[in-house]
Amino acid sequence: MRLLVSSLRVDENSIKNWSKLGPRATYGVTMLELIAENPKVVVTTADLGNSSGLDRLKKSFPERLVNVGIAEQNMIGVSAGIAKEGFTVFASSFAPFISMRACEQLRMNLGYMKLDVKAVAIGSGLSMNFLGNSHFGLEDVSIVRSIPNIQILSPSDCTEVVKVVLASSASGQPSYIRLTGAPGSDIVNSSDYEFNIGKNIEFFSGSDVTILATGSMVSQAIRVAEELSQKGVSAGVVNCHTLRPFDAAHLIEVCQRTAKLVTVEEHFYSGGLGTEVLEILNSRRVNIPVLRIGISHDYDLSGEYKFLLEFHGLTYERILEQIKEFLHTKT
Amino acid sequence: MESELLDLSHKVRSDIIELAFRCEGPAHLGGALSIVEILSTLFGGIMRHDPLNALWEERDRFILSKGHGVLAYYAVLHRSGYFSREILETFKKNGSDLIAHPVMNLSLGIESSNGSLGHGLSMSVGVAWALKQKRSFSKVFTLIGDGECDEGSIWEAAMSASRFKLDNLTAIIDCNGFQSDGRISEDNSLEYLRDKWTSHGWKVATVSGNDISNLLTIFRQTDFNESDGLPRVILAKTKKGHGISFMQDNNAWHHNRLTESFYEKARSEIAGE
Repeated sequence: MRLLVSSLRVDENSIKNWSKLGPRATYGVTMLELIAENPKVVVTTADLGNSSGLDRLKKSFPERLVNVGIAEQNMIGVSAGIAKEGFTVFASSFAPFISMRACEQLRMNLGYMKLDVKAVAIGSGLSMNFLGNSHFGLEDVSIVRSIPNIQILSPSDCTEVVKVVLASSASGQPSYIRLTGAPGSDIVNSSDYEFNIGKNIEFFSGSDVTILATGSMVSQAIRVAEELSQKGVSAGVVNCHTLRPFDAAHLIEVCQRTAKLVTVEEHFYSGGLGTEVLEILNSRRVNIPVLRIGISHDYDLSGEYKFLLEFHGLTYERILEQIKEFLHTKT
Repeated sequence: MESELLDLSHKVRSDIIELAFRCEGPAHLGGALSIVEILSTLFGGIMRHDPLNALWEERDRFILSKGHGVLAYYAVLHRSGYFSREILETFKKNGSDLIAHPVMNLSLGIESSNGSLGHGLSMSVGVAWALKQKRSFSKVFTLIGDGECDEGSIWEAAMSASRFKLDNLTAIIDCNGFQSDGRISEDNSLEYLRDKWTSHGWKVATVSGNDISNLLTIFRQTDFNESDGLPRVILAKTKKGHGISFMQDNNAWHHNRLTESFYEKARSEIAGE
């Protein structure tokens, strides 16, 4: 199912352009097109319209952009009221503010009442660099995952941001869209492709190890797998762009043809993708060694994005080291 | 009209006592009895709605932000014709749609799920904004507790309502003077609330909230309800537990079990015996 609106063509140029823009600006560009095409779409913000790449939308469709001021709880509540009247509402803020400051609003309105609000977490993971832990999205998946009825979507690159936004809009379901990565981030999807919410995308199949990655870590996982393959290790990569509802059937199927699993995420190593995978394996009684790679459970250093990824072992070199060690470990 | 509303409020109050007794457990009585006249006036005389066509697009919307006021809400919905006596009497029965806080169910006339305080006004702001966007003439009414005004989210929503010039939105504050732990703090007294809402850009009126004629007057008053770009709030001075002598202004009945002897006493008071 291809869900792209007419003006958002996925081609070599647009893919390069979106990657250059980064996930936030790509979100803004997508919303500009979506709002132009779909009269039922409304965008809300809590004074972070420009930071969400919505400056052009603000100029072109001021009557469809609701800025509630610096008040995230109110943003989600107001979004829910608008959604209740038949609109599809996209609300964006930095990951901790939208997932924690407005957590109970997410629970009541998106979880309990299932209203069609898309909570868009911009700058999740570590990309807020020197702004520090107050602005990092480290716990958001674990928090939102605990609330029923909210799709959690974690695009692997900017092209997938476009896909996720449009698919989420078309789904009519409450969603949490988690944007990781920065302008100039790696391109994972270099041409148009089939995207479906809840369906993992497998890049390579590997019998020795399969890396399940989400968001910004998918590109790293691909590089790791390529490197491993050159050394004679059969390594698979799966893009887990949908963390809820998780593609459990695909996971179980992968387990039948791989010896070990690795999960990689730009999130605390506990509570996110890795935990989701462990819970599914446990409930299906699947016994397979799993290495979870993510951010250690503490509020640590701030610095440039690349430095932070390196520090937390989330660059492809560091991921590769950890996986090599894991592959040598007898289980 | 006024005598019809009086009759409705009488029936609603009687239903509240019946439901509280039949549920055989604690119920939020005080804060339900304080809002009987407000809900009766809204549903019986002010709001445009059609119980036989509950999802009517042009209906006025009512959101019970103080979700623990359900006894009065369910009773007035039942008396308006949204659901049968049989359904009403499922209150607090296992698996019922009618539990101690409202659960959104448009066909039963319940606009939103509430219970956690401080959520209803934000939703009402969103609904009012959306109605304007749809060029609808429908109005939004929301009922908030005076204690609930402790919640910071109320004031986030209050600020945005005036910013968005939502003159299709009316908030009613049930100023019964109590909250769970006792009397409300001084900064939620009527005088302070008047200043706070005014400073947040709302048009404010104060009425006697257990007096139907007073309520009708303010809901119909042209200059208060005109489309002037301002949201409006009615500070309704009520009595917690209104209409039952031993519950009135007695916070022990905030959430309490109605035993048989108290039930008989309350019933005979309502019957005017």
